[in-house]
Amino acid sequence: MARPIASSPAMGVSPASLSTRAVGGPSWDGRFTVLILFLPPALLLFTLFVVLPIGEAAWYSGFNWNGFGRPTHWIGFDNYRFVLETRAFWLALRNNGLIIAVSLCVQLPLALTLALMLAERFRGAVALRMLFFMPYILAEIATGLIFSFVYDGDYGLVASIWRSFGAEPPHLLASTDTAMLAVLIVIVWKYFGFHMMLFIAALQSIDKSLIEAARIDGATRSQSLRHIVIPLLYPTIRLSVFFAIVGSLQLFDLVMPLTRGGPADSSNTMVSFLYNNGISRMRVGYGSAIGVILFVICVTFAFTYKRWFMRDE
Amino acid sequence: MNKVETFRAPFDPAVLFKTVFLAIVAIFVLVPLLATLLGGFKSLGELRVNPFGLPQHWAWQNYADILFSGRYWQLLRNSLIISTLTVVLTLIVASMAAFTFAHVRFYGSSMLLSYLTLGLLFPAATAVLPLFIKVRDLGLLDTYFGVALPQVAFSLAMSVLLLRRFFKDIPYELLEAALVDGCSYIKFFRYVTLPLSRPILATVGTITFVNSWNAYLLPLVMLNTDALYPWPLGIMVYQGEYSSEWHLILAFITLTILPTIILFLLAQKHIVAGLTSGAVKG
Repeated sequence: MARPIASSPAMGVSPASLSTRAVGGPSWDGRFTVLILFLPPALLLFTLFVVLPIGEAAWYSGFNWNGFGRPTHWIGFDNYRFVLETRAFWLALRNNGLIIAVSLCVQLPLALTLALMLAERFRGAVALRMLFFMPYILAEIATGLIFSFVYDGDYGLVASIWRSFGAEPPHLLASTDTAMLAVLIVIVWKYFGFHMMLFIAALQSIDKSLIEAARIDGATRSQSLRHIVIPLLYPTIRLSVFFAIVGSLQLFDLVMPLTRGGPADSSNTMVSFLYNNGISRMRVGYGSAIGVILFVICVTFAFTYKRWFMRDE
Repeated sequence: MNKVETFRAPFDPAVLFKTVFLAIVAIFVLVPLLATLLGGFKSLGELRVNPFGLPQHWAWQNYADILFSGRYWQLLRNSLIISTLTVVLTLIVASMAAFTFAHVRFYGSSMLLSYLTLGLLFPAATAVLPLFIKVRDLGLLDTYFGVALPQVAFSLAMSVLLLRRFFKDIPYELLEAALVDGCSYIKFFRYVTLPLSRPILATVGTITFVNSWNAYLLPLVMLNTDALYPWPLGIMVYQGEYSSEWHLILAFITLTILPTIILFLLAQKHIVAGLTSGAVKG
């Protein structure tokens, strides 16, 4: 089927050349109207509120500026130096690394195991899927508050388990040794269902005849799992890893209700570090420098990962 | 949803393992949720001695006080306004752009689409300080639009991608025939594309709504007035005020996540569809 518009040489088509086609055929004018009416709102909003601010962050990061008036006090790369000299920044970076590690080593295997169990149809499978997905739907703030209750040293669930053993309950979120660990557990609780759903969707799109054929040829259950199902899941696993890492790098909402990054910066992520230093004190240059570092890490990771692992997608 | 495997053995250790494993995970997920719901029905004293069990005296008063306070409804109203603004604007702007990318051939089309979808990679936190200054300079600080417009901008990348792929599946011959009959692109968009695309519009709308409804960072930065706070901000303030009166805080949390859960149960299909089709990019 010939496509008149597709086959016409893009931009420079005059209405006259089109009129040699079927009478009343699609005209350049119609397209032009759509172009000037339909595209600008999206491009304008995206440029104004996403792209420009990111560029401006790079610009502001060169100033010592509190956000009022215009930035005048240019200090070059000093903000980056200040950020990199702060111990708390490296703690935050390490915490983001921990979050990534837990996401990859605990969360994804858990999600995959559950998906393999729940992709089969049995009574209660759908209900369990919904239940496991539920934490993902809840707001991070609500999740964080729920768990600050769970961890509360006086009223919380953890405390009462402790008391039932006759021990004095700890305040997990108030100790630099345990705060980050407590946050990591909440992260697994909240996000494993998301990855499980991705895997279930992928499992359901696998052609069952492949597995049946393998069974007929004498493959055991674990053999067909290892040699057929898992390889077919690789694209989804790669995507899941991608989401897990990008999400881990940007984690913020969950940390605020739990610890606000404390105690003593022990549970900051890069974004909560940015918030606590840049935004609540309006140190625009300093905060922007953190933002730019985060941006560079995210974008470098995304492009490298896409190039190395997701070439075919 | 065919069976992947079938077991008919009377006793299978794999089945036992599976049952135990699923039960442990289910408890892990359920206990915090149930404790929150039930904790709201307890008194503070009972919460301390009996955090797991059913309340001995159901303290409906905790919930009633919040429901009759006005504060709760104000938070919901603010959230509803911001999320609705975000969803409506996103759907309008994204569907127009997606239609253009799907059906209009023009020079630079793929370049502009890549530009827009780069947004998927950008961390919102990088933009948030300059965004605050921009929104302030535009005079939108402390307005619903000051929160909604950036949210629309950040949701465009994913929305345009999802919508465009759906629009592309509408047969080109349909558009061609309509154009030959003297229908304009815009009329085709309005009277053919949009009505045919209800499922994907619902999906994109639901995802955008949930994201906006749960959002914290942008409202935190853009809003200074308590009266405008959406519920995630409001509940943090509430928690600050009642710091260790957990029975009240738990009741408040339960009431604020209730709309989310109801929405999820109603729109579950759309949420999961958006999740999986957004994930497996084409």
